[in-house]
Amino acid sequence: MKCNQNGMETSSALELVLRGDPALLAIVRLSLAVSLSAVLFAALVGLPLGAALALTRFPGRGAAIVVLNALMGLPPVVVGLAVYLLLSRSGPLGELGLLFTPQAMVIAQAILIAPIVAALARQTLEDLWLEYRDELSAMGVGPARRIATLIWDGRFSLLTALLAGFGRAAAEVGAVIIVGGNIDGFTRVMTTAIALETSKGDLPLALGLGFVLIAIVVVVNALAWGARRAGERMAG
Amino acid sequence: MMQTRRTFFALATFALLAAPALAQDKSIVVASTTSTQDSGLFGHILPLFKQRTGIDVKVVSQGTGQALDTGRRGDADVVFVHARPQEERFVADGFGVKRNAVMYNDFVLIGPGSDPAGIRGSKDILAALKTIKDKGAVFISRGDKSGTHAAELNLWKLAGIDIAKDKGPWYREIGQGMGAALNTAAASDAYVLADRGTWLSFKNRGDLVIAVEGDNRLFNQYGIILVNPARHAHVKKDLGQAFIDWIISPEGQEAIADYRIGGEQLFFPNATVPGA
Repeated sequence: MKCNQNGMETSSALELVLRGDPALLAIVRLSLAVSLSAVLFAALVGLPLGAALALTRFPGRGAAIVVLNALMGLPPVVVGLAVYLLLSRSGPLGELGLLFTPQAMVIAQAILIAPIVAALARQTLEDLWLEYRDELSAMGVGPARRIATLIWDGRFSLLTALLAGFGRAAAEVGAVIIVGGNIDGFTRVMTTAIALETSKGDLPLALGLGFVLIAIVVVVNALAWGARRAGERMAG
Repeated sequence: MMQTRRTFFALATFALLAAPALAQDKSIVVASTTSTQDSGLFGHILPLFKQRTGIDVKVVSQGTGQALDTGRRGDADVVFVHARPQEERFVADGFGVKRNAVMYNDFVLIGPGSDPAGIRGSKDILAALKTIKDKGAVFISRGDKSGTHAAELNLWKLAGIDIAKDKGPWYREIGQGMGAALNTAAASDAYVLADRGTWLSFKNRGDLVIAVEGDNRLFNQYGIILVNPARHAHVKKDLGQAFIDWIISPEGQEAIADYRIGGEQLFFPNATVPGA
């Protein structure tokens, strides 16, 4: 949203979308890039973790599941603050110079949604495991292979876990505004742009941007749905 | 397996997209206040600076207290704020190199058109605040350690009111930015102290009008400070100083003076005025 004064403020969100406003498109692109990257990292950690919890039995497992489920409700602002303190020049990882960058936003969102992906994956795979247990046990497959097999065979159902994570990441403002700084043209995403327009009192534009954001999330979900249908057909 | 690989690469591409250009870009981080950003001043002057020097200025807009804290932690190269005593302490404590005066505007007391305290049109801010308190008219305080919040607390003190002790249910601290405070005041028929720049560019005024303006005590001075590279070695000293030099140069000062909304000038450059 460069040139706020002359550009964004005088036009409605719909107009901006229709004429392909470059500032708005850049914000949409960054929102997608940050949140999808966060989903990727959350999946790399969350899916194996969820699978491992689904198929192992150990003392305290119930407590671990309760904690994991509770972490689905991590407050974004707290995650943002923790990542901020970590990445600040005066913090332990300050040397990296990551504060107020898109990478910092990916880190914060990945931490926020990894528990969601893990908890939902655990539930999905535990159900699947009931079907597979005898077969896999009989075949004498090791734990790592079991996890890989379960994740692969449950991939279509696991998509829902990833979409839940994406929805949460794309919708949150508390974490990214702290670690990203809402810098024009650099770390401004849909939610922080909405917060900014609200604070400028341009409520119609803020609401319009909100509808754009919802539309984006719908499109991502529709694409995932289509991919799932196509994949299931191909897999027979 | 093909398909997972493809999905993975698609996602990895997004991960790369999220990475900023790896090229050594010329950019600095400036921690500033909501007023300079929300009023549109930066949108006006930064493209001119970029054109002249090729330096990108990344503005993180916060309240003055938070912006100074960001500088103290070394997370910004330059701070551009409006609370002189705090700025001077920032430099005295060794976090900043030197404070430079940049510009001023003024605060205005905003209130509902119905004017429940009966102060509209007054030029005496201290008498107006006393009346608000005596009548228990609703007052929204930023409560966020911003420059405007500091100015408001100082005005209560000058009016002889110990707000920490005397505040009642009429005095509401919201702990948020200027825009949020104006939104709240518009929704609750309340008085609120605002900087003129944010007020002029604010869209959701509802029934709000200027109640008190023109008192000398409503003066609002902005200053700019380079974060001390001796304390934070990674500070981009040369680029940050180039920004400061430009903004207090005749060219930068003129750019500030040129910024208007609806014909009204928002900020008045005064870098060359001694003691500003």
